[in-house]
Amino acid sequence: MYPAEFDYHAPTALADALHLLQGHDGTVKVLAGGQSLLPLMKLRLADASTLVDIGRIAELRGIREDGDAVVIGATTTYRDILDSAVVGRRVPLLVDTVRQIGDMQVRSRGTIGGSLAHADPGGDLPATILAVDAQMTAAGSGGTRTIAARDFFTGMLTTSLNEGEVLTSVRLPALDQARTGSAYLKHRHPASGYAVVGVAAIVRLAADGTCQEARVGVTGAGSQAMRAGGVESALQGKALDDATLADAASHAAEGLDLLSDPYASAEFRGHLAQVLTRRALAAAVARARGGPGA
Amino acid sequence: MRQAIHVTVNGAEHGYEVEPRLLLVHFLRDVLGLTGTHIGCDTGQCGACTVLLDGRAVKSCMVLAVQADGAKISTVEGLATKGELHPIQQAFWEKHGLQCGFCTPGVMMATVCLLADNPTPTDEQIREQLEGNLCRCTGYQNIVAAVRTAGERMRASAAAPAGVPAQARAE
Amino acid sequence: MAVTRLFGSSVKRREDPRLITGRAMYTDDVKLPGMAYMAILRSPYAHARITRLDTSRASKQPGVLAVYTGKDIDGKLNPMPCAWLPKDSDLKVPPYRALALDTVRFTGDGVAAVVATSAYIAHDALDLIDVDYEQLPVVTEQTAAVAAGAPQLHEDAPGNQAMHWRLGGGDVDSAFRDAEVVVRQRIVQQRLVPNAMETRGTVAQWDPGMGELTMYNTSQNPHIARFISSVVTGIPENKIRVIARDVGGGFGSKIPVYPGDMLTAFAARELDRPVKWVETRRENFVATIHGRDHVQEVELAARKDGTVTGLRVKAWANLGAYLSMAAPGVPTWLFGTMVTGCYTIPNFAVDVFGVFTNTTPVDAYRGAGRPEAAFLIERMMDLLAVELKMDPVDLRRKNFISKDAFPYTAASTLQYDSGDYDMTLDKALEAVDYKALRREQEEGRKQGRYLGIGLSTYVEVCGLGPSAAAGAMGFQGGLWEPATVRVLATGKALVYTGTNPHGQGEETTFAQIVGEELGLPIEDIEVIHGDTAQISMGWGTYGSRTTAVGGSAIILAARKVRDKASKLAAHLLEAAPEDIVFDQGRFSVKGSPARAKTIQDIALMANVAWDMPEGMAPGLEESHFYDPVNFTFPFGAHICVVDVDADTGEVHIRRYVAVDDCGLVINPMIVDGQVHGGVAQGIGQALYEGAIYDEGGQLITGSMMDYTVPNSTQIPTIETIRTETPSPVNPLGLKGVGETGTIASTEAVVNAVADALAPFGIHHLEMPMTPERVWRTIEDAKRQSGTTPATPGR
Repeated sequence: MYPAEFDYHAPTALADALHLLQGHDGTVKVLAGGQSLLPLMKLRLADASTLVDIGRIAELRGIREDGDAVVIGATTTYRDILDSAVVGRRVPLLVDTVRQIGDMQVRSRGTIGGSLAHADPGGDLPATILAVDAQMTAAGSGGTRTIAARDFFTGMLTTSLNEGEVLTSVRLPALDQARTGSAYLKHRHPASGYAVVGVAAIVRLAADGTCQEARVGVTGAGSQAMRAGGVESALQGKALDDATLADAASHAAEGLDLLSDPYASAEFRGHLAQVLTRRALAAAVARARGGPGA
Repeated sequence: MRQAIHVTVNGAEHGYEVEPRLLLVHFLRDVLGLTGTHIGCDTGQCGACTVLLDGRAVKSCMVLAVQADGAKISTVEGLATKGELHPIQQAFWEKHGLQCGFCTPGVMMATVCLLADNPTPTDEQIREQLEGNLCRCTGYQNIVAAVRTAGERMRASAAAPAGVPAQARAE
Repeated sequence: MAVTRLFGSSVKRREDPRLITGRAMYTDDVKLPGMAYMAILRSPYAHARITRLDTSRASKQPGVLAVYTGKDIDGKLNPMPCAWLPKDSDLKVPPYRALALDTVRFTGDGVAAVVATSAYIAHDALDLIDVDYEQLPVVTEQTAAVAAGAPQLHEDAPGNQAMHWRLGGGDVDSAFRDAEVVVRQRIVQQRLVPNAMETRGTVAQWDPGMGELTMYNTSQNPHIARFISSVVTGIPENKIRVIARDVGGGFGSKIPVYPGDMLTAFAARELDRPVKWVETRRENFVATIHGRDHVQEVELAARKDGTVTGLRVKAWANLGAYLSMAAPGVPTWLFGTMVTGCYTIPNFAVDVFGVFTNTTPVDAYRGAGRPEAAFLIERMMDLLAVELKMDPVDLRRKNFISKDAFPYTAASTLQYDSGDYDMTLDKALEAVDYKALRREQEEGRKQGRYLGIGLSTYVEVCGLGPSAAAGAMGFQGGLWEPATVRVLATGKALVYTGTNPHGQGEETTFAQIVGEELGLPIEDIEVIHGDTAQISMGWGTYGSRTTAVGGSAIILAARKVRDKASKLAAHLLEAAPEDIVFDQGRFSVKGSPARAKTIQDIALMANVAWDMPEGMAPGLEESHFYDPVNFTFPFGAHICVVDVDADTGEVHIRRYVAVDDCGLVINPMIVDGQVHGGVAQGIGQALYEGAIYDEGGQLITGSMMDYTVPNSTQIPTIETIRTETPSPVNPLGLKGVGETGTIASTEAVVNAVADALAPFGIHHLEMPMTPERVWRTIEDAKRQSGTTPATPGR
């Protein structure tokens, strides 16, 4: 397939990119890794009169530690994340998630920021971003602002980013505390590889082994990724036996606007959300018991 | 508006003016005449167009030629050196890792990346890393055998895979 | 004819060097001076009248050379012909135009074609063609299409019925009247999309001086393409050359000639410049044929001891909007003749209704009719085993055609060539340790683990086939093959075949045949295929016929070469012809081995012709035109072992064992490779693949993002075991292996999953057995029975 014509700019400074995003008539789109956008443009399902490629802006790429968090630039590729010892040590849940995204080639090019800004309901990252309570930084003509993960996703393929704004980095609180475990499990669409349902679970145990805190993000099942509040509160302070996990997991689909497609109905997605939540929690608990950052 | 790009493909430098919308795969096939890289789908599933872009396997139908400006690209035509087949090519031949051959260049280029990352993959790891390369003929079994064999040979000869620059690990 | 050859060597493939170095020549790799590019505007609606078609904006676009509509080609391109017209079937053949004239009948039907100086410009121009459609009612499913009041596709096919075809043997009504047990099942063979990795395409070049058309075309059968192209374009057959050198997979989808091919030829001639058209994958999904798509009502009659006495089948075959080239033959002769499988079922009746719907035309997809037949009988045998509480192994053995019964004339009147069905089943059972698996299954069920064991003991009809049979079946062509073996003065050989291998490896196996016959090193033998200018005739590669028929032609041509060489050797050695002994490339005189000439010596002397015996023509070249005396019947036993996750509905294939007997084996490596690929496609049908249309006739599984072409993590390791029961019908003693895997595997997987879920009272599942479908089947069964078997410990 062949994309329609467009103008192309590849600025090397963020300020130039922001300027380009302001100054155009027609449809301007930000191009990061292109792994979602270019296929859509080839099928002429998305069109843009101008593409602003942010892939050459050095300040947008890279991984650094910042106190109790890891900050990842928007154009950092999945592959960069998998190769990063820092991420592996401090936010293992992100590695667990990223290695299940797309395929090897997509992971070479796809970027954390591009995926989040695209906000595909079948994206994997949103579950994890929500579960870790990440913070997004966005830059626009009026300066930069921080957006909490909970406020970032606003619907199918939509985010709270404003027109002309660029997502610049993601800040993920580290998970390498004692008695903390995490896991990302997904039911993968057999053709597209997207998450039919993906569940990111983080469990922190109290010294007595009960649940001090549980955070669960669910993606794929609904039109947008959400935190599974009902699951989290059902675990609070509880001893984490199988029955408790199963009972808590039964709340996994609450509040989700369940999607339905020829591969998986809303009912099945709701069911999978429960099963995967139970299993992700069990895996997270096992890791929490296994030691810090396990 | 056409834009100038400079790329190094299989060690040779090229400068061209291209439309921004030109896909890297079309640049390789139609502009440079390197037709060993194939097109199998529109949506980025099949991996027939896999090439190495600065050492990493990418699907060249999901990259604009202008995005590759300044990059080093390796295609199947660059695998053999001075008429001598690359160990991956030899292994695909010996293990019957191909039938119609259409997906094969992409599979082999993905294999270069796979083995550079992990020289001792298990069969399961091979299958996971080749998930983005569809083959309709082989059922993948002899592809897996070929990758395993290539890995063993390359380890034995301790030779770095051709066409792959030393990887700078991002930290 | 006695089988004297001993092959069996896994020679590395001769075709591979060009394929692994990126130097192959697939159709899209062809680039000719001045070449233009064509793109086709396809209907976005499944059924509509075109009320306005305005190409003026597109025509004015810089770089656009021409825009053609149905009216532009009317009278210049004949409709696409149907080349399989089963006799006594009241078949209707409505006109299938390369571009619709006024009505479109499926999403993807051609509306206009743009030719431009680049592919990008051609695709841009598609968006500038203005079309108004008046939508018409749509029907996509065959049983709905034959129901009263359904939307009608073609005036001359009332009730959308393309044909009603019948086959039977024995007295099926008595069999059912006297039956002690009858099992019934409705089986849906879902629609599949072949998805060869290379989409279809054509590069056409017109030579006005010679009045000749050259077409580079992704074809499994270039000579048929030449024949059909001549019929459609009106260009004489001897003025058309079709070249299909490297073809990136076909699986049946590259048997037909398509509208796009003919439009490319038309445009090249009109514009007097080369034109290339290569499908996008999205286009391939809607414009290249689909496969399978049956709804079957099946009944099996038996005695309580398990003896099967009768089989009754009614099948509705969805043929799509028009008849693709071989479409009517697939659900009739290639299906109906094989429904009794490897069993002695004396009474059977098959009724097939071919149905038009607003969908992409359906034609041959790997196995073509035979997977639908094998699935049916193997599924029914399992259902009967459940009904009789018999082990499915014992039930099969009870009904097998005995190995002493061959050649065996089935109730279908087909004569099965050779077989030993117990032997392949024994090997498969031994390989998986069947008894141990059954014990494990029983133990596991108590703990909520669902292990399933699925059998498929299949037989198929291959090596298509005697030309007289082709004619009797209404196939509008022959099924023989020519071969020419030419040994040049330097001792190098050229071998010409009318088949067109495209991955099956015959550039190698054919060289093995000739190398062994003539004692030539394999690297001195070049196998030429895929060019009608070089090869006199041929019927192509499909129906597992390439080696069985094309290879037989080659061995017989090679033997003629050897006979001539032997006579020339006798003359040169001054010996009596009957005293010449041939061994590994040397002709020597009996009793004096030193008096000898090599095949290379003879090749030189034959080509220079300085000293030929009286009456012997110069040269060392022979041809043979081979028409098989019968079909071949490969057989075997496949066993699939699955674990089903009852919580998520996911099916995990733990083991897959394939015991296949395709007669004598020339190259074991290649044979195993064919089995791997075939099994993968059969597993694809069982678990992953299925084309889905919505009510409006949109193909909603219209890309590789929606339609699952199985990837490397979705196909298990396949354990292959070969047995060799020679076929008596051809000089090579082989049967063909290109389709066995696909024919055998789908039912093995379904039988395994049904077996796993038997504790829930589940005995049949529709395909593909996606997690949701499995989960839902379990949930429904639980609700119905009100009981729940053991659930897994967590």
